[in-house]
Amino acid sequence: MTSSATRPRGARARAAIAAKTLRTDRWWLAPLITVIGLGAWITYATVRVFMHDYYWVEEFHYLTPFYSPCVTDRCIAEASHFGQYLPGWWIIPDAAFTLPFLLLFRLTCYYYRKAYYRSFWLSPPACAVPDGHASYGGETRFPLIVQNSHRYFFYFAAIISLINTWDAIAAFRSPEGFGFGLGNLILVGNVVMLWAYTISCHSCRHIIGGRLKHFSKHPVRYRAWGFVSWLNVRHMQLAWITLGTLALTDFYVMSVAAGWISDLRFIN
Amino acid sequence: MGTKRTFRIWRGDADGGDLQDYSVEVNEGEVVLDVIHRLQATDAPDLACRWNCKAGKCGSCSMEINGMPKLGCMTRMSTFEENETVTVTPLRTFPVIRDLVTDVSFNYEKARETPAFAPPADLAPGDYRMQQVDVERSQEFRKCIECFLCQTVCHVVRDHDENKQAFSGPRYFIRAAELDMHPLDAKTDRKEYAQSEQGLGFCNITKCCTEVCPEHIKITDNGIIPMKERVVDRRYDPLVWLGSKIFRRGQVPQTSVTSEHSPGAVRSSATAHGVHSHAGGSHDTAAEVQAQQGVNWHREVPKPTAPAVDASGKLPLTELTFDRAAAPSPFGDDVTFPLPPEHLNFAHPEQDEKH
Amino acid sequence: MTTDSHRDTSATTRIERHHYDVVVIGAGGAGLRAAIEARLAGKKTAIISKSLFGKAHTVMAEGGAAAAMGNVNSRDNWQVHFRDTMRGGKFLNNFRMAELHAKESPQRIWELETYGALFDRTKDGKISQRNFGGHEYPRLAHVGDRTGLELIRTLQQKIVSLQQEDQRDHGSYDARIKVFSETTITELLLDGDRVAGAFGYYRESGEFILFEAPAVVLATGGVGRSYKVTSNSWEYTGDGHALALRAGATLINMEFLQFHPTGMVWPPSVKGILVTESVRGDGGILKNSEGKRFMFDYVPDVFRKQYAETPEEADRWYTDPDNNRRPPELLPRDEVARAINSEVKAGRGTPAGGVYLDIASRLPAEEIRRRLPSMHHQFKGLADVDITKEPMEVGPTCHYVMGGVEVDPDSGAAYGSVRGLFAAGEVSGGMHGSNRLGGNSLSDLLVFGKRAGGHAASYVDQLAGRPRVEVSAVETAVETALAPLQRDTGENPYTLQQDLQAVMGDLVGIIRREAELADALVRLAELRERVAKVSAAGGRRYNPGWHLALDLRNMLVVSECTAKAALERRESRGGHTREDHPTMDPQWRRVNLVCSLDGDTVRLDRKPLPKMRTELIGLFDRAELAKYLTDEELAEFDALAAADAAGKES
Repeated sequence: MTSSATRPRGARARAAIAAKTLRTDRWWLAPLITVIGLGAWITYATVRVFMHDYYWVEEFHYLTPFYSPCVTDRCIAEASHFGQYLPGWWIIPDAAFTLPFLLLFRLTCYYYRKAYYRSFWLSPPACAVPDGHASYGGETRFPLIVQNSHRYFFYFAAIISLINTWDAIAAFRSPEGFGFGLGNLILVGNVVMLWAYTISCHSCRHIIGGRLKHFSKHPVRYRAWGFVSWLNVRHMQLAWITLGTLALTDFYVMSVAAGWISDLRFIN
Repeated sequence: MGTKRTFRIWRGDADGGDLQDYSVEVNEGEVVLDVIHRLQATDAPDLACRWNCKAGKCGSCSMEINGMPKLGCMTRMSTFEENETVTVTPLRTFPVIRDLVTDVSFNYEKARETPAFAPPADLAPGDYRMQQVDVERSQEFRKCIECFLCQTVCHVVRDHDENKQAFSGPRYFIRAAELDMHPLDAKTDRKEYAQSEQGLGFCNITKCCTEVCPEHIKITDNGIIPMKERVVDRRYDPLVWLGSKIFRRGQVPQTSVTSEHSPGAVRSSATAHGVHSHAGGSHDTAAEVQAQQGVNWHREVPKPTAPAVDASGKLPLTELTFDRAAAPSPFGDDVTFPLPPEHLNFAHPEQDEKH
Repeated sequence: MTTDSHRDTSATTRIERHHYDVVVIGAGGAGLRAAIEARLAGKKTAIISKSLFGKAHTVMAEGGAAAAMGNVNSRDNWQVHFRDTMRGGKFLNNFRMAELHAKESPQRIWELETYGALFDRTKDGKISQRNFGGHEYPRLAHVGDRTGLELIRTLQQKIVSLQQEDQRDHGSYDARIKVFSETTITELLLDGDRVAGAFGYYRESGEFILFEAPAVVLATGGVGRSYKVTSNSWEYTGDGHALALRAGATLINMEFLQFHPTGMVWPPSVKGILVTESVRGDGGILKNSEGKRFMFDYVPDVFRKQYAETPEEADRWYTDPDNNRRPPELLPRDEVARAINSEVKAGRGTPAGGVYLDIASRLPAEEIRRRLPSMHHQFKGLADVDITKEPMEVGPTCHYVMGGVEVDPDSGAAYGSVRGLFAAGEVSGGMHGSNRLGGNSLSDLLVFGKRAGGHAASYVDQLAGRPRVEVSAVETAVETALAPLQRDTGENPYTLQQDLQAVMGDLVGIIRREAELADALVRLAELRERVAKVSAAGGRRYNPGWHLALDLRNMLVVSECTAKAALERRESRGGHTREDHPTMDPQWRRVNLVCSLDGDTVRLDRKPLPKMRTELIGLFDRAELAKYLTDEELAEFDALAAADAAGKES
């Protein structure tokens, strides 16, 4: 509605600025760190998932989240809390029912989307730095339109978090009955952070209360929404923290299971 | 007390221009806009730059400072190193008028297309009752000072001018969110509108709009993502979808909106020329009601849009590949003849004599 | 551009012509409300905005919009609001405007809600109202501290919704209401005594535009840009005031300007931003450039008993107010302003022309941050000034002009010799008398904006024939507009603006003296010569130097009105403080100073103030009226009261 809109418009050009970006700060640093961080984690996780070993500490019932629940017939029987349904072919992860959903939950997560669109897809690598692609359709069509299914992966992730919680509780064991060691601390810490990450999800925030038009008519949901919103602000931090705790938990369980270290026991 | 600093300011207009160096005195506590004013009063009296309140409240002095979209009045000189060259350029996403002034009419056109507040039919002025907790979400978006920094930083249009037609930009997503969350707004299809007409799907939530917002509105977390989730409620919920397949009802308005705009290649590659014209359907409450009841015989046929061009900017004029039976109109497919009189800017030489 | 090419251009200059029923000049609160009303009355309406649509100075209003809705205190009603307004304006207000304003503002606020405004709410879901200085009850509808933004955005969006209606009905958004943004009007064109149109230019392209319209509504805001230190934006160059004068209308109350004694004068990035009085209440002291706490020298005799005489006693007051007298920094606003003014004029001011307000050395940093969080945050953010470490540089700041176009209170039609001209908002005068209450300006915009728009529409309806624009008038307007571009010998407009600001700031500022005002008039006359020869470098496309050169003319004529009226009014009242006549004089209350243009020179006349209706004057207490009214008027009031009492008995 500037005055130009009132007159026949020729093709109006943008300012002719040769430089692709005039940013002088180190804008490339954040995407670079993301690439390194996510790359390292994915490598570690892939190696671990196809190792098919060192995931279960028989003595204390520690089960790494990467193998929970263990559903192939190559699983150690005690580790399969929920039964065995799949053949033990090496290409099938032992937690085949959960890992794909967890992966998709994180892949469609609003924070991870930002992270990998920026750092891996360069669309855009940073604010006011040009996109690396000639054309752009965003999430308007297949396959990226599938990102809209984040909510359903959230439901799955919540169920999986329950399973992980069960694993953490079941691990308060020792050959003498009840037991408690450093491994339990790590497992519980991991589960707490996983819950925090899962609950702080934008979809969860919407389901809990965000979809309401009148908060005043739903005081309980409004309070829940307030809590989730508080967590939601920290969604990015939680996303990275849980990657850390997952890897740490798995590494600890692997180390104990492989006998590289022995678990530090507080009780029994 | 002043020190000399080097400024590089883009001077020129639509025909071209370049960065020019200025050495200018800078005093303690000044902002970039102060320095530009000093330049106007000394070396460059005709340096064009918009500004108004100089207190970060009106959003006029949007410019790009060292490559980042910012408000000139809110960027302190003390944030730069003593010997750092400060580069000031016009907003990159919009056509330039002169120097630092750009033609931001894109935003006003999008504002005009966004359906306005629909007051509840049964309430007289003075009878509106709303709870503070219910208005707070919308109030956050109403803090917007319309500086259009989010619009210029958004890569969807910044790097892909061709998306300007189909994409309204973060400013208008939060406008839609504001109205959708308004406790008394009577319109119920704002989510569908955001998705199908405003191009909400183009957003890949890379959050630059939130990063540059001088009012610190959480555009992405509180505006765009909730809108995307609301769209999911209506359009991508498999349970709802299944229900509509089984019972064949309830979902008609959404499908009528989506069917007009299957995000095909034609639409996304349409040129930026010509004014974006909307299909009427989703604006019109009467049509909406009718659509709810069944087949909508009176639905407005979408107006044709600008001819589609291929990647080289040419018309794909092979009959096999082109999506129309004949050649496109040389005036653009959204221009109909005769032109409406208010689009003409013509005064008859003798019209004054008639009185 | 040479003179040769000028001959070419004047012959072939392209002028875009538009026909409208109502042209509204100004796109702030008043302008937009007027345009909505005219459009709702079925008139084809144009809105002229000097900057982009929605950027008007209304966004700066923070406090709220005053309206006696009685949501927070049910005892509030229009009579109380009316009383407060009259008191604030020291009874110089046009009573009818104050009455209409008090009666209609609740409706105007509620109406905004139907346009989509979201005010802060009370517990029972109504519009929340807050207290503000001068208002007896909590009365200001508000949205945090951005009420002005909410107001302008709401009106802007209402206009968009009207345009969407037109798009549905007529196929074009611009069919019946259109916004011309970044367009400046330089001249109103007349047909005899009737408004026939408006002439101006697009800032963007420098091309000329002519509106042929039988009715024009002025809503251009104030004049603050004529002052060195002001909280106003560049748009406030008094365009509407000057256009009205040149069209034959009159201005009243131009001597009344609202100043704040402590606005920031340095650094430039926060120049004009107001420093709240609570900084002084919390222990801030004023010092001159020699480091002296000078306020002790400026305690007037009447206040001697209430204020401390030594710094020691003053400092004890902050902790023990019962046994000590108050520090002199807490004297009334005009005394503080007078003191600052005297120090600066005596050469003991800061380089930027202010004094130091020091709180940093008085309170621990932690305490300052706790007590003045928003101040600390604002200055830290805008200017990197840390008020916990360094003193602030403050001085009187121009804020609002009470004076403006003299209008008919009911219709907003300008008085004087012109018909078809209407005014609303800050550009109109009378409503606020000699001083404006906080919060009254926003509701003023809505009430009188609606009235002006509505009456402009009905004026158009009753016209027999449409007035015609004279070709010669347009040619003159073109020539005047192009003149600064064609001269290359004249002065830089920025220098002239600085000189004008210096004259007004130093000589017609917050505290005025006869000799200085007379001096100001001489200097303004000199400036007038120089402004007539101003030259602007560059071409016509978005050339701020040229735009300023054209605005200067308006700033100058309005400044002359202010200076003349200030010289004439020999009393102190509200926004007009004369050091040589420090008290209020009831005789002067009966007089409005009316400014008009006689050829090229500014003329000043006295005009009696309209007499308040009896039921309205009956709202006041006799003791209060005694402060303002002459003995003669009081006797009349007593007679009325006696008759009233007798009537009740019988």
